[in-house]
Amino acid sequence: MTEGTLQIDHISKRYGTRTVLDEVTFDVRAGELFGFVGSNGAGKTTTMRIALGVLRADSGEVRFDGRPITHETRTHIGYMPEERGLYPKMKVLEQLVYLAELHGLSANDAHRSAENWIARLGLAQRRDDEVQKLSLGNQQRVQLAAALVHDPSVLVLDEPFSGLDPLAVDVMSEVLREKASTGVPVVFSSHQLDLVERLCDRVGIIRSGQMVATGSVGDLTARAGSKLVVTAPAAPPGWTAGLPGVQVLETHGATTVLGLTSGSDDQTVLAAALATGPVTEFSRRRRSLTELFRDAVAEKPVGQGATT
Amino acid sequence: MKTITSRRAVWLVTKRELNTRLRTRSFVVGTAVMLVLLVGYLLLQMSLASTSGKSTVGLTGQATGIAEQLRTAGTQSGQQIETVTIAGPAEGRAKVDNGDIDALLSGTAADLTVLSKSELDSKLLLVLNGISRQEVLNAQLSEAGLDPAQVARTVSAAHVTTETIKPADAESGQRQVLALVIGMLLYIGLITYGTLVAQGVVEEKSSRVVEILLSTVRPWQLLLGKVIGLGLVGLTQLAILGGVGLVAASLTGVLTISGVAVSALLWGLLWFLLGFFLYATIYGALGSLVSRQEDTQAVVGPVNIVLILAFVAGFSLVGQSPDGSVTKIVSLIPLMSPILMPARIATGSAAGWEIGLSVLLTLATIAAVTWIGGRIYQNSVLRIGSRIKLADALRG
Repeated sequence: MTEGTLQIDHISKRYGTRTVLDEVTFDVRAGELFGFVGSNGAGKTTTMRIALGVLRADSGEVRFDGRPITHETRTHIGYMPEERGLYPKMKVLEQLVYLAELHGLSANDAHRSAENWIARLGLAQRRDDEVQKLSLGNQQRVQLAAALVHDPSVLVLDEPFSGLDPLAVDVMSEVLREKASTGVPVVFSSHQLDLVERLCDRVGIIRSGQMVATGSVGDLTARAGSKLVVTAPAAPPGWTAGLPGVQVLETHGATTVLGLTSGSDDQTVLAAALATGPVTEFSRRRRSLTELFRDAVAEKPVGQGATT
Repeated sequence: MKTITSRRAVWLVTKRELNTRLRTRSFVVGTAVMLVLLVGYLLLQMSLASTSGKSTVGLTGQATGIAEQLRTAGTQSGQQIETVTIAGPAEGRAKVDNGDIDALLSGTAADLTVLSKSELDSKLLLVLNGISRQEVLNAQLSEAGLDPAQVARTVSAAHVTTETIKPADAESGQRQVLALVIGMLLYIGLITYGTLVAQGVVEEKSSRVVEILLSTVRPWQLLLGKVIGLGLVGLTQLAILGGVGLVAASLTGVLTISGVAVSALLWGLLWFLLGFFLYATIYGALGSLVSRQEDTQAVVGPVNIVLILAFVAGFSLVGQSPDGSVTKIVSLIPLMSPILMPARIATGSAAGWEIGLSVLLTLATIAAVTWIGGRIYQNSVLRIGSRIKLADALRG
């Protein structure tokens, strides 16, 4: 199923002897929000620039809709670079109209679309100001408008949320979700993992140029095992001993945090707990993306190569 | 899916350059300042022309008798001499000192004494010597029994018959000035707008807007659009300066050969286009090697030096001998032609075949430079970071 899918297929990039990207592979499906996370310098921006054709890969291929990306298909990608990608001395409206026209819109359509996004992103007061006179947050909004003004079929955004205030984060999230709901594959990089977890259908984690995990947040965290929090006031110490696949992580008075390997049955644990007396709390706590990310970038790969 | 044609892409880039440059205050102010300078220069020329050859001479004592004679002799030698009668030597000396009069004459016609502030104007001295000698000659002739008037008539009937290989152009002085002004305007235009191309390229690189642009237009379309746009802006400015300068010069009477001047200006505009296409690609390609505006000057420096050389060579060669063989050869060198050739055309010394040859050579060089420059630009415009070595940019 490749229809409307952006496929990054075994992309490698080397600068001299330094390998920046090593066979990076993932895909962003139509209508999906894909979060691309990794430490600084892991290769996120390089991957995005290659997808945009701004940089050439040493090997590998980027495909959209099953076909390699050409100059023509590239026109239909909306791109938001991490650093400002606008003329500092050009006015907001003129700039958006210009970019829309360059992407193939007629002068009228370009104006309509530019005005629409200006209104949508709350820039109406600033439409005739030079970009360099705007606050950083507003520049970011113009940047987003620039990525969207030509109604792209693919959206690639490098750190769209950095430096935004909470309200602007909400506007940005809403716009991205709405865009995805029209069937556009949306990929963005971010360090705000809680946001990625909340917003994205799937995530990809990259470490030193290698993909270490790809999949839905639910899948990834399930595969990584989960935690159980059990409060059984009457339970004696060591009540969990003998339960298969269970490991005590923390104990706070009557509360025990247990680590469960995937596949082990939490109901056995509940039965064992009830056998000791009353149970006042029994909850399953999924590992957060942040924890997953720490594990992933720190040591062993988690669920490597998973593409579902 | 809609994609954009090459022509539309180039036109959009060109239009943006025109819009952002023509409407800026710096363009309007810059043009106005240059106009003021140009017109000021012309007015200065005019006032120098009207005061030169005009002198006021004070006469005192017996010398007052030669006032009429002095004015006539002045007119004959092309100078305007005004005479005033001064009561006494002391008053005259004071007037010479404070500049009211240029010279004070005293003594008899045959034995004149002239007092001037510092150096006496050589032409005036010649006239005064003439009057004095004539006076002495007349006295001698009368003594020898001859009629001075009769002798004067016979003497003035004799004159040398002149023959020339190439008749001097009465307009050569004006043509010379025209050539220098056109050469200067072209030099300023090429160096200013060439640098603007480089700065524009660096601006797009440093703001990363080039990454967005190049996801939809090709590098050559972006560079070509920029070159055409800035070229048109430069051409507009040059046409305004040239046109207004021409009208002002004709109205003030500094320029009496408006026909020649108009054609020289048109040639100048053509050569601006040729020169701009030649240099702009080089400036653009060099600009693409750096990512910060501060580094621009360092990379375009060598090109600026070539232009300065062309300008200096043009000034001295065309100024001294517009049809000398060195001038002819240098004006055919493509990088020099855009400044030297229009200057030579203005002096009227360029033969048709020379103009044709230099246009052909320049066009050929433009083709070569565009190819190399386009390659450098394409290879380096997306490589943001430290300065890229020229060899690396060429290799790609």
